[in-house]
Amino acid sequence: MTVYLPASLEEAFEAFELAPDADLLAGGTDYMVEVNSGHRHPSKVVALRKVGELAGWRREGDEVVLGAGLTYTDLMQPDLSELLPGLAQAARTVGSPQIRNVGTLGGNLGTASPAGDTLPVLSALDAVVVLGRRGSVRRLTMHEFVLGPKATALEPGELIVEVRVPAALGSQEFLKVGTRNAMVIAVVNVALVVDWVGRSVRCALGSVGPVPIRAGEAEAFAESRIDWAAGGLTGGAADLAEFAGLVRAAARPIDDHRSTAEYRTHAVGVCAHRALDRVLARAGSWTLGHAS
Amino acid sequence: MSDLITYALKVNGREREVVGAWLGENLLYVLRERLGLPGSKNACEQGECGSCSVLIDGTLECACMVLAGSAAGHDIVTVEGLSPDDGELSDVQEAFVAEGAVQCGFCTPGLIVSVHDLLSRNPDPSDLEVREAISGNLCRCTGYGRVLAAVRAAQETRQR
Repeated sequence: MTVYLPASLEEAFEAFELAPDADLLAGGTDYMVEVNSGHRHPSKVVALRKVGELAGWRREGDEVVLGAGLTYTDLMQPDLSELLPGLAQAARTVGSPQIRNVGTLGGNLGTASPAGDTLPVLSALDAVVVLGRRGSVRRLTMHEFVLGPKATALEPGELIVEVRVPAALGSQEFLKVGTRNAMVIAVVNVALVVDWVGRSVRCALGSVGPVPIRAGEAEAFAESRIDWAAGGLTGGAADLAEFAGLVRAAARPIDDHRSTAEYRTHAVGVCAHRALDRVLARAGSWTLGHAS
Repeated sequence: MSDLITYALKVNGREREVVGAWLGENLLYVLRERLGLPGSKNACEQGECGSCSVLIDGTLECACMVLAGSAAGHDIVTVEGLSPDDGELSDVQEAFVAEGAVQCGFCTPGLIVSVHDLLSRNPDPSDLEVREAISGNLCRCTGYGRVLAAVRAAQETRQR
């Protein structure tokens, strides 16, 4: 068995050139569980713990560029959570402090579990996933990157370098249903972004399909019913109910050990209803701030 | 057996040699079975229970989810490294004893490490912050009441 311990991105690319078939190890919260249980027998591992470049973030104009090695704890810090409130909300629902301290954004993407908590947020933000190898870079949308349950477009020798998302975009909400408040894998998770300037609504659903689902019809309906000047819905409670119904219709859940398709369909509607309701309840500050 | 190698880890301030080990071992196994540090406990081996909590470069982590070799060059502190001298207890450990926050004791070392981590970052945590800080440490005996009292006692002692 070989473990590579690159200390820079350059060294990580080099390690991957030597061993394109190596496993990538970030926080280990999924990988080591499989090793410990004997379900995975590692032979070559590139451990990213020492690659400092992956653990930073920067603002570039209207975008935030997030290093793939940022942990959930990093995403919850005030400076980042102000720019990406939905992502911070999602990060806070992951595992426990011990898990959040090591689990990374890149790891959540690379694992591509249908229940991954950052995935619906990144989908709703139209995030761009930047994949790299020495001398070349690919930029993929979430839709292009996540191909199925635990399947991504990542090619051998390629690693997730960063994720680009819009900074402080409108109002954001993340809701998650699980069996308890800590240490729980989502039965359903929902991310909602309402962009008061661009007058768009983006709603992404997790754990109710093989990949994060954008509820396109629900988004278009909400866009047509939001009173963009005053902040409410023109049809009031009936519009909220209709929005939730369109979200339920977009979900493609299955029965599994964590829940049933029937419950997931119900819960995803409740979450979407609540998310839009909360965003609209806070809308006053936005419409005031952007009144022409 | 070319797969067995020897490497060094810095644990509780000392360089320790891990001899003839398989590289796929997790840090918890190496601490307990190779370095004679049984304070960190093994219950779940999947990061759920927090019994193996350690500090790596000052960050609270579950040792069972750390590929031991990848921790080379980092500062590892286990529950054994938190007390001032052999045989003495840390202030948090004293508080756990005084408040009766221990029943079977299996989760205690992990809780002690988590509480040290909390109080070093946040000397004056609210009840909610304490609960969140220990939410990754499962205890099936105490019902947490005495544990919360012990954290409060340790917090007050430090502020005196």
